[in-house]
Amino acid sequence: MPTAIEIFKLLPKKNCGKCNFPTCLAFAMQIANSKAKLQDCPFISEEALAAMAASAAPPIRLVKFGAANKVIEMGDETELYRHEKRFFHPTAFALAISDALDEKAILQRLDEILSTKFDRVGQILCYDAIAIKDESSDAKRFATAVEAVASRTEMPMVLVSRSTEIMKAGAGSIAQRRPLLFGADASNHEPMAALAKELNCPLVVSEGRGFNELADLVQKVRANGIEDVVLNFEAGSMKQLLERSSIVRKVSVKKTFRGLGYPILIDAGSGESAVLKGLLATMKYGSIVLFDELSETHVLPLFVLRQNIYTDPQVPIQVKPGIYPVNGPSESSPILFTTNFSLTYFTVLSDVEKSKVPIWLQVVDTEGLSVMTAFSAGKLTPESVNASLETSGVRDKSKSGQIIIPGMVSRMSGKLSELTGLKVIVGPKESSGIPKFLKNLN
Amino acid sequence: MVEVPVPKEKWSGKIGEVALGATANEGGTRSIALKTGGESGMPFLSYEGGMPHRPLIAGEVLDSISELPTSVITEFGNAINDPVSWARAWVEKFGADLICIKLVSTSPDEANRSPQEAAETVKRVLDAVKVPIIVYGCGNEERDAKTLELVSNIAAKERLLMGHAEDTAYKSIAAATVANHHSIISFSNLDINLAKQINILLTDFGVKKDTIVMDPLMAALGMGLEYSYSVMERIRLAAFMGDGMLQVPLICDTSAAWKAKEAAEDVPGSDGVAERAVWWETTTALAALIAGGDILIMRSPRAAAITKRAIEDLAGGV
Repeated sequence: MPTAIEIFKLLPKKNCGKCNFPTCLAFAMQIANSKAKLQDCPFISEEALAAMAASAAPPIRLVKFGAANKVIEMGDETELYRHEKRFFHPTAFALAISDALDEKAILQRLDEILSTKFDRVGQILCYDAIAIKDESSDAKRFATAVEAVASRTEMPMVLVSRSTEIMKAGAGSIAQRRPLLFGADASNHEPMAALAKELNCPLVVSEGRGFNELADLVQKVRANGIEDVVLNFEAGSMKQLLERSSIVRKVSVKKTFRGLGYPILIDAGSGESAVLKGLLATMKYGSIVLFDELSETHVLPLFVLRQNIYTDPQVPIQVKPGIYPVNGPSESSPILFTTNFSLTYFTVLSDVEKSKVPIWLQVVDTEGLSVMTAFSAGKLTPESVNASLETSGVRDKSKSGQIIIPGMVSRMSGKLSELTGLKVIVGPKESSGIPKFLKNLN
Repeated sequence: MVEVPVPKEKWSGKIGEVALGATANEGGTRSIALKTGGESGMPFLSYEGGMPHRPLIAGEVLDSISELPTSVITEFGNAINDPVSWARAWVEKFGADLICIKLVSTSPDEANRSPQEAAETVKRVLDAVKVPIIVYGCGNEERDAKTLELVSNIAAKERLLMGHAEDTAYKSIAAATVANHHSIISFSNLDINLAKQINILLTDFGVKKDTIVMDPLMAALGMGLEYSYSVMERIRLAAFMGDGMLQVPLICDTSAAWKAKEAAEDVPGSDGVAERAVWWETTTALAALIAGGDILIMRSPRAAAITKRAIEDLAGGV
């Protein structure tokens, strides 16, 4: 939404009061707060209405592909830096399958893609889409490859060909699944835009000679009725990728330029440079990254980086409350508790591991707050600690009769001992003191 | 044709430069002296201002390998058995820009080696390699006070970078660095205000701003990386907007990546732990670079090599 002053500039400044507000400025302020509409002004011009519509549109268009319950949302981002609010739509990762492969190889590759799955802090990390690349220049072959994959998975698809004829052969039969068509360039944008319009599919527009040409092409496909546009540009080096993605994001969200306000697709290729580009695009404004090859070793860092970057900075990441055995504890090993704020947990876990002393690590649910914050907020009390010990069943596992508590909350010792019947040992105030503390425990 | 504007930001602030190592001209024995910092725009955006010095990679050398993962030990082979040959391998074989010695064995909880022995180790490394050197104590305040004082004296004119000072313990290390014109690492725990606070404490104590490099704590991939990433971006933005106390280079220790579960153990449905660990550190390093890191302390030569290629590619060529 534009500011009151920006809206005021569009008004006739007659202060006639026909909008039911005393002055044009007062009216502008009401519009800025969504309490009035520009149309309420009887003297408003068509140009002003158009300008208002343009500046009220999201800086980066939300573009979706895929269908049913497997839809990928891209764009609709509003920030340059994640700490300003957050990044909303995580970078989608797609692995490509070439239509030059024989059917057996295609299915094998499909199987690899579908079976790549990791469960990490309560989230399933996996590929988001499959790209079929036209490398055979054979419409029938492309259509067969698309068919083979589409009949076996509901995963959203990206179809890659610069030939409108080949694209039509592949996309025609699965248009209702809204594949992303990749795509249009300076040489084919007219027929490709017509096809995308006919099939109602989003279209990737590729740059050939610089951003000005890209913005020009976007304008042309939009004139041909395509609103769901995705940008693709030359990113031969990481420098190009970073600088150009940054320019697109910045001119769009700072509203100095409206013509490139679309999600970005990066065609990363294969090998080390593809992984590096994928990582970079995840941090800096990529909406979807296509890989030709990606080994399982490289997939996990990529997925985890995306998970990290796209967390909401205002909501702390939590680990699952419960009992975590560290260094192979037995019945005689003591319990040590900490909170479920991920940073606290990771730090304490690593320090307990360093001590090599067997411990039952009890993670108490503090809604993701650290020890002191949770204690001050009343989310870490003798009662809540006791309750979590009961729920996790750690008392059946540790018969040591001892519980180690963070030094910062030594004040709860008496009450906790009373409630649990355990001997409370006050640990160090800082996690870094844990290794020494545990080694000297016995 | 449509004209797409280049959104160049006009920043009022600039990151100061810090010199690392001293050559014979300045009374030291380094054959290479380096500079870090000096940026006038966000990382690697050449249209925003610039980065007069590329980010540097410091090879990590410990004076005890008891905590080190096997795959890292394998990468170095026999060289790792002595800090001197280890440092040499980093410089001669793996192209490290500088060496970071961590004197972990001086910790009373570990080998409890004496400050004299530790200082001797530093001296031997200084004699063996000619790049600038970073020296860390073991993290035990009392012990580090003694060790770093000795190290400061033994390398009086070498312009070391010494770590680290934090708000609860900074006077002895600050005194040790100031006495012999070394530089200092100011550490804070993932908080832009604390990062500023320790720099204020140090400058009030008499440490010159052009000898401070700040470490706001680089949390590894999957272990809070996003906190570090955003704290560093905020520090950089505040510095460019004019906050003088944040206009110093950033140092990031990516070796913490090796503590991540995914880097240390097998994850179901995945191959090669060692290769994944290398990428765990590389990813952490790349995030550090993109958020504004000037010096990276790295553990694995393979991760360092990939990171170096990434720096070249980001900066637009070798």
